[in-house]
Amino acid sequence: MDLATFGVQLLNAIQYGMVLFLVASGLTLVFGILGVINLAHGTFYMLGAYMAYGIAAATGSFWLALIGGMAIAFVAGLALENVFIRRLYGRDHLAQVLLSFGLILVLDDIRQVVFGKDVHSVAPPAFLSGSIQLTDNMSYPVYRLALCGFCLAIAAAIFLVVQRTKVGMVIRAGAENREMTRALGIGFDQINRYVFATGIALAALGGILVSPISTVFPGMGDGMLILSFVVIVVGGIGSIAGAAIGALLIGLTDTFGKVFFPNISSVLIYVLMAGVLLWRPNGILGRREA
Amino acid sequence: MAAYRTIIAVAVLLAVALALPFTVPTYYVQFASKVLIMGILAMALNLVVGFGGLVSLCHAAFFGLGGYALALATPKYDPASFFVSFPFAVGSAALAALIIGALALRTRGVYFIMVTLAFGEMLFFLFHDTAIAGGSDGTFINYKPEVAIAGTMLLDLDRPLVFYFAVLTCLLATIALLTMLVRSPFGHALAAARDNERRARSLGFPIFRLRLTAFVISGAIAGVAGYLAAAQFGYVAPQMLGWHLSATVLVMVLIGGLRSVAGPLIGAFVLLGLEEVLKTATEYWKLIEGLVVIAIVLALPDGMRHLLIAAFGPANDDTPTVTSVAEAKHV
Amino acid sequence: MSEAGHSQTVSLQAISLSKHFGGLSAVADVSLDVHSDEIHAVIGPNGAGKSTLINLLSGDMQASAGAIMLDGRNVTRLAAERRAGAGMGRSYQKTTIFQQSSVYQNVRLAAQAHSKAPLRMFGSAMSDVAVNDAAHAALVRTGLASRAAMPANKLSHGEQRQLEIAMVLATGPRIILLDEPLAGMGLQEARRIVDLIASLREGHAVLLVEHDMDAVFELADRLTVMQDGRVIASGLPGEVRTDPAVRAAYLGAHGGADGGAA
Repeated sequence: MDLATFGVQLLNAIQYGMVLFLVASGLTLVFGILGVINLAHGTFYMLGAYMAYGIAAATGSFWLALIGGMAIAFVAGLALENVFIRRLYGRDHLAQVLLSFGLILVLDDIRQVVFGKDVHSVAPPAFLSGSIQLTDNMSYPVYRLALCGFCLAIAAAIFLVVQRTKVGMVIRAGAENREMTRALGIGFDQINRYVFATGIALAALGGILVSPISTVFPGMGDGMLILSFVVIVVGGIGSIAGAAIGALLIGLTDTFGKVFFPNISSVLIYVLMAGVLLWRPNGILGRREA
Repeated sequence: MAAYRTIIAVAVLLAVALALPFTVPTYYVQFASKVLIMGILAMALNLVVGFGGLVSLCHAAFFGLGGYALALATPKYDPASFFVSFPFAVGSAALAALIIGALALRTRGVYFIMVTLAFGEMLFFLFHDTAIAGGSDGTFINYKPEVAIAGTMLLDLDRPLVFYFAVLTCLLATIALLTMLVRSPFGHALAAARDNERRARSLGFPIFRLRLTAFVISGAIAGVAGYLAAAQFGYVAPQMLGWHLSATVLVMVLIGGLRSVAGPLIGAFVLLGLEEVLKTATEYWKLIEGLVVIAIVLALPDGMRHLLIAAFGPANDDTPTVTSVAEAKHV
Repeated sequence: MSEAGHSQTVSLQAISLSKHFGGLSAVADVSLDVHSDEIHAVIGPNGAGKSTLINLLSGDMQASAGAIMLDGRNVTRLAAERRAGAGMGRSYQKTTIFQQSSVYQNVRLAAQAHSKAPLRMFGSAMSDVAVNDAAHAALVRTGLASRAAMPANKLSHGEQRQLEIAMVLATGPRIILLDEPLAGMGLQEARRIVDLIASLREGHAVLLVEHDMDAVFELADRLTVMQDGRVIASGLPGEVRTDPAVRAAYLGAHGGADGGAA
């Protein structure tokens, strides 16, 4: 492998890890703050991609698709929290798993009604549609580079909010000690609602952003859900930094796994997860239980 | 009173199960076989979920492994021997459960859910992405396994009636085995670890070993169910290992009630019956099923028990300890 | 009391035990031993590291440094359940019982854990004669026999503490660790527990962490005083009581202690 190829694969790995981070950070936030495990998270990734396709096809604008898709997901998140998810606070994991499984079935069929089950693709915005010539016979799509930059900006924004703002402080306190924060009576109803909606919007954002570089298909949510779980198990639950580390590790493992060990690449990330479980059962940045 | 009621109910159910194949068309006999097979799977899962307090989302993988083991053991133009393929199937499922369980049981609560889900999907992708047994298309099993000793056919599983009774036998054996386990010191210790892990540990119970043992037994029985399912349909596909099936079986467990050995069988009957009705009624049956699942979770946290108690009054409950998995609420 | 204090058999020994959480030392370089037929009390202000010490000894937490010897055998790296199997029983500061189960089932499980086949996979758990006898004996000894059929969560707070001690007894331990057994208890209930603990001295090595100074000076054969994770004094109750460091650091804040029954 020459340097240019390596560079391209490295970029791919980072870009893949970035998208994973967006989606997984939404999931880990929702669990960290709300104490709810939401299996329908991946479904919103899929719905984001389909919304991007639908809006872009109708309006011809990727930017409208980006903003519109996120807005719809955010509002849907607020509504879902209000109708269903809030009833899960304090319920056992089994109830959370099954309710969100029920949501998956419902949302999947809604997708079927609205968009059908066809595979689609979405055109990137015109000024990002070109490629940069790296060597004589190697080029890199501009959109992928822009995607990296955009994801970095979003990641930075998430870190800023969580580390520097008052809301973030409550969020961190909640992730570290849910019971205690609850006992302090911090205004959780509002925060819960917006955290859940933000988590959903991040999942949808992930789906929207990948729609120009991968196909849009019904099963894409399931795959992303599993990957997000692996990211969280590797990184440590409730930790945004953990999600970032986990996502990059998975991105690197998967991308270079496909290059070096094509036969067993689909199993490699699970081997990584198994290794982390043996080494640190609560994830790389996870807290050890007392 | 309650004890009599239980005995009568069991007698009636058994009589119905025995009489069924002689009174209804073959289609319903096959449907009944399917219910019983999924009932075995759901009961197996409940040993871990209800009695062990561990929400596993990878039991479909053990189920699927059992089925794939039969597919791999069956030659193209010959039936497989039951006495070879069956132990192979159960052994494969048990081995997978041992490895996955040993890793997943290093974690607790929501981690356990995510880890089991991920490892289950690993097996799904293993059969989906590689050429083993037809890859993503799955593969046909052209012959049902042959139950024969020294060339003499003992059971002809090709006949729906015989197959049904074979499944019924497996079901009764599963109920007997699980009942024995749940009432034994092992079962009490398992429930104790569910109710208060710290106390169980400081009393001296080896929590990890307890749970791993239950997980492996449960996985092995799931393998039995998968073997039977593959034999019945003559076909295996990666979806058989997918986590949607795991979650569906969890729904059966919840409907049937977490605290009884045979409850999940009722859950299997209710859910498969519902699917059967919905599929003929609408193309969007999954949407309705999803709404029903949500409604059950929100309205009937104790499953059908709630309805049964409302209808017949509280039953005599001799299961060791009474608490739901609520103890494992948060990590 | 003094007679029992002379026993020379060291059952449980902590050697330079330390536990760090991040940069914080909850327990630092603590050494103590507990003899059989002796009650050894550990006292100290809140946050002195007493509960952490018990958790280290019982195996609920792993020590950062130091060693723990159980009957002369190094158990520092042994898991909690293995230490329980080797004869160690403990109660928790926060009542830790099977809330949903009956009182009898609670002690029965404890006895089962130390029966010949604790994880037997066949036969009814409820019909093992030896286990049932041990469970019953523990209930009688703790005065809970009349409550056997009651769900544990219906007991009064004091009775739940008693139940926890009954469970420890049903495991037939040689070493008993009690973490504030009198916490949150009324006078009468406390009296009953103090008598019960006094009766445990014979045949057991008892380590008692307790805030109630009257009870401590009534029960303890020897005392260890901790502050900020360290041992600041150790010895017979009379010596410790007059130790200037202890008076300054601890007893001064609890004037009532001088009126103790010891």
